Amino acid sequence: MKELLNVDYGIGGVTTHMRPRKEGDDLHSETMILNLGPAHPATHGTVRIVAELSGEKILDADVELGYLHRGFEKMCETVDYNKVMPYADRLNYVSPIINNVGWCLTVEKLLGVEVPKRAQYIRVVMSELSRMCDHLTCLGASAMELGAFTVMLYLMQAREYLWELIEEVTGARLTISYGRVGGLKDDLPEGFGDRMAEAFTGIRRHLDNSDRLLTRNRIFIDRMCDVGALSAEQAADFSLTGPLARASGLDYDVRRDFPYSSYEDFDFEVPLGTKGDNYDRFLVRFQELIESMRICEQAMENLPDGEISLEDPRIVLNPKDEVYSSIDGMINHFEMVIFGVQPPKGDVYIPVEGGNGELGFYTVSDGTGRPYKVHVRAPSFIHMGAVREMLLGETIADVVPTFGMVNMIGGECDR
Amino acid sequence: MPVSDEERGQKSEELLGKLQEKLGDYILESGVSLGDAEVRIRAEGVSDFFRLLKLDSELAFNMFLDVTAVDWMDEREDRFEVVYHMLSLSTHHRLRVKVDLPEQSPRIASVSQLWAGANFLEREVFDMYGIEFEGHPDLRRILMYDEFKGYPLRKDYPVQGKQPRIPLRAPEVENTARHMHRSELVQIGRG
Repeated sequence: MKELLNVDYGIGGVTTHMRPRKEGDDLHSETMILNLGPAHPATHGTVRIVAELSGEKILDADVELGYLHRGFEKMCETVDYNKVMPYADRLNYVSPIINNVGWCLTVEKLLGVEVPKRAQYIRVVMSELSRMCDHLTCLGASAMELGAFTVMLYLMQAREYLWELIEEVTGARLTISYGRVGGLKDDLPEGFGDRMAEAFTGIRRHLDNSDRLLTRNRIFIDRMCDVGALSAEQAADFSLTGPLARASGLDYDVRRDFPYSSYEDFDFEVPLGTKGDNYDRFLVRFQELIESMRICEQAMENLPDGEISLEDPRIVLNPKDEVYSSIDGMINHFEMVIFGVQPPKGDVYIPVEGGNGELGFYTVSDGTGRPYKVHVRAPSFIHMGAVREMLLGETIADVVPTFGMVNMIGGECDR
Repeated sequence: MPVSDEERGQKSEELLGKLQEKLGDYILESGVSLGDAEVRIRAEGVSDFFRLLKLDSELAFNMFLDVTAVDWMDEREDRFEVVYHMLSLSTHHRLRVKVDLPEQSPRIASVSQLWAGANFLEREVFDMYGIEFEGHPDLRRILMYDEFKGYPLRKDYPVQGKQPRIPLRAPEVENTARHMHRSELVQIGRG
């Protein structure tokens, strides 16, 4: 690894920590610094890449994060456990349900409870729908940036089918807050399985079309193949997880290796790449979409009957009719609203497979109704650490597909 | 295969036994917490401990998942606790490593020479808690800006803390934009 020139210099009043350096020849004696972002059309998140160029080649790159930092972890320390849910929505806002599920599992682990089987299955279905939204957005946006606008429209239409399903279940499209500690907000509506099957037919059609437009497309392959490649060793070195690591051939998926929320009941493949370049990342995501649909179908087929929430009034709000008609119900309701869930002292780390990789919640409880400390292992943040390595030696045009395939989500990266 | 809590606990016990045998010198205490293996090690043994953790063929912790810190304020003698999460892809063991640091000038050895992924994570801990990682190649703030005063995730930093406005950089700082022949654009910001 080359050493960064750690000097404070400014571009337009903003620190870059980089400056042009002398090159050996007589004619063009200095390299050029190019500033990409923080608001650049090719970066679909607010991030700044300061690239040092020699001609078109990237000699060095400094990745600057933090433009979307909202103090998630600090805010979590000021609210009770259920009120963290809306904040968690805004981590990876493209797949909010996975964040909800991760947070619920963390608190439930601290409490030492497990939600009913039906709730676990619904969590799996909704997580997979979210994952598909995430992958569709990533693939659609990246394809558009490489000129394939039609593909983007197809994939956005496919995502629209999913969002309609999600809206039907949760009442919202983007920031959903569907999870609850000890269960879920609502059960699936009547006839959800049929409408999901219908939506999947549409999605499969759009995926087929996109596949035909992209996978063997000369322009697409030229832009993606052998660009931004990382070996399996490098991927492990940079702590990559999720589609990025699997494209490099790192055989690791939290759903399979550390199953949570009944993932062990489902039969699915974990696609692996061989070269670890952008094209592999594209293929892995594409295959995962198909696997996600398989998981959803299996879950809907074997969906168990029963409750969707625990019945412990110290963890879940009492049903409203009980609150209005009995004194116990009313007391429980007030206790829940005022003091919240109160897990015993302890700390726990729970990983779930997010859209981009292992999403981990590390929480310390001090026995009160508010978390003492919350830390999110955000896959996007960690993946941005490897972007410099991916870009070194590539050309400036390769920033676009590489950054697209890293799929940085600002909310999760900067928290 | 579904893994019950007892099974996970058993697996963690096995791992802890192996760790005690190989790296017992560095370990202050160890235990299983909610099924997860957890060790507390000496602050001065950090770099050796992690090197052996990575290189030992039986332990083979090749993934550095996460590092963060907990601020215990007045509740404990040592104010800061640095918490590492490790994963071994070959044995599928997870391990949580804790290190206590004092309130005055908290310092710890960096592990970014062993795992490149530790680079950004350690920068974040430095940014949020002011814990210095010795031997880190590029230790500067990552989520906050350089002029930020204080460390936001410390418990004594107020939730609604106000920061002073920062001035534009002094004109005597050489501006690299000049080399891009765009000096007029920069002039506008200065006026």
